[in-house]
Amino acid sequence: MDMKVYFKEDDNVLRGYVEGEIDAYTAPQLRDGLEAVEVTEGLNIEVDLTNVSYIDSTGLGIFVAFYKRVQREGGNVRLTGLSERIKHLFKITGLSELMNIEGEKKVKLS
Amino acid sequence: MEELEREYHKILSDYIKDQNERNLYIGQNFVRQLIRRNVAPEDVVSLHKEAVEEIFPEEIEGLRTAYDFLIEMMVHYGMALREHQSLIQKQAELQIEMNIAANVQKTMLQTTIPTSEQVEIGMVSTPLKTVNGDYVHFIEDDRYVGVAVTDVVGKGVPAALCMSMVKYGLETMRDSGHTPSRVLSVLNRIVEQNVDDSMFISMFYGCYVPRANKFYYGSAGHEPAFLYRAQEDKFYDLEANGILLGIIPTAEYIDNEVVLHKDDMVIVVTDGVTEFRQGDDIDERGVVASLINDVKHLAPQQICEYLYRELEELHEFNLRDDFTVVVIKKR
Repeated sequence: MDMKVYFKEDDNVLRGYVEGEIDAYTAPQLRDGLEAVEVTEGLNIEVDLTNVSYIDSTGLGIFVAFYKRVQREGGNVRLTGLSERIKHLFKITGLSELMNIEGEKKVKLS
Repeated sequence: MEELEREYHKILSDYIKDQNERNLYIGQNFVRQLIRRNVAPEDVVSLHKEAVEEIFPEEIEGLRTAYDFLIEMMVHYGMALREHQSLIQKQAELQIEMNIAANVQKTMLQTTIPTSEQVEIGMVSTPLKTVNGDYVHFIEDDRYVGVAVTDVVGKGVPAALCMSMVKYGLETMRDSGHTPSRVLSVLNRIVEQNVDDSMFISMFYGCYVPRANKFYYGSAGHEPAFLYRAQEDKFYDLEANGILLGIIPTAEYIDNEVVLHKDDMVIVVTDGVTEFRQGDDIDERGVVASLINDVKHLAPQQICEYLYRELEELHEFNLRDDFTVVVIKKR
């Protein structure tokens, strides 16, 4: 099992690419990758999950923590390319109501 | 270091002169001194090399490169050894933490399956490892029987403490135990204030109220429960919207309800039961429902145990997550 995470800057958007399976074993790698992102006021971040085949609850936790930090520091984050299965996971957990997920409607943290 | 060099030089030359037990013993004792002073393995070789140079000045020429090579080897040996030792220490620390958490679960987090004239309840909750990330707690009074099924994300002591927060939160809400939306929103505030950003809990809370003959339920980001209708002989999903506990302080939850008839069942599970991790083409909930269907006439406890055995076998005895199922059957 392996996963990769890397970022590219592109027209004022910081694009992240995550690949592989995200579970308790690979989650620390994802956390380190996302923690290394320096968030500045108004920064737009897009994380592409097209090549993510599986996310478990630990992985969700990493995205939630990242989302909360980006919000706190005044940036925006969007997750794109979610497979049906992963989208379903975000729906069940209620996170798709909170986070900006592949164009779905977003509710702001109060 | 110079002092050590002198000392080692003497010990080695004494031994070369006379290879007796006593001289060997002095050498062995010298090792203790080296360890006390934290001398690295490569420095020990270097001590030896210098002593040999002085004792056998004519013979050292051909051996010098060999000694230098050994010193290089020992530098890496020392690094690998230190890394290995620090990993072992870290592992031991984690083990201690896991044991504490497992103990907290064993002692503080016990729950008893209620007995009721109206419904019969069974449960299996099995951890993948020492510590269970799933947690079930029952509460009841003369008006209702309630069950909370949770999956805590996070491991070790923090997760166990989180569960005890849930338990005591529930216990203080006995008066509201028949209103899932209230139970969930109060627990959400407790959890939100106390846990870090990457930790959260999914919870299904349901309660059977005999007077209304209804099962009320709400969900905080939890896998839908199953409803089995005996008369129709069909399974339904008890879907309920609501975000995970611990993410938004002001989150609100919704009450849902169903009437239960004789032999109807509510089956609450965690994702360890329905998550097969084998791609998109398997109807995982369908498989679970059909297994329950095979033994629907049995008592709830036996249904839970059957489901566990069958799924364990289906996954070739290699379940990937904690496993929890609670079956509530209307008498």
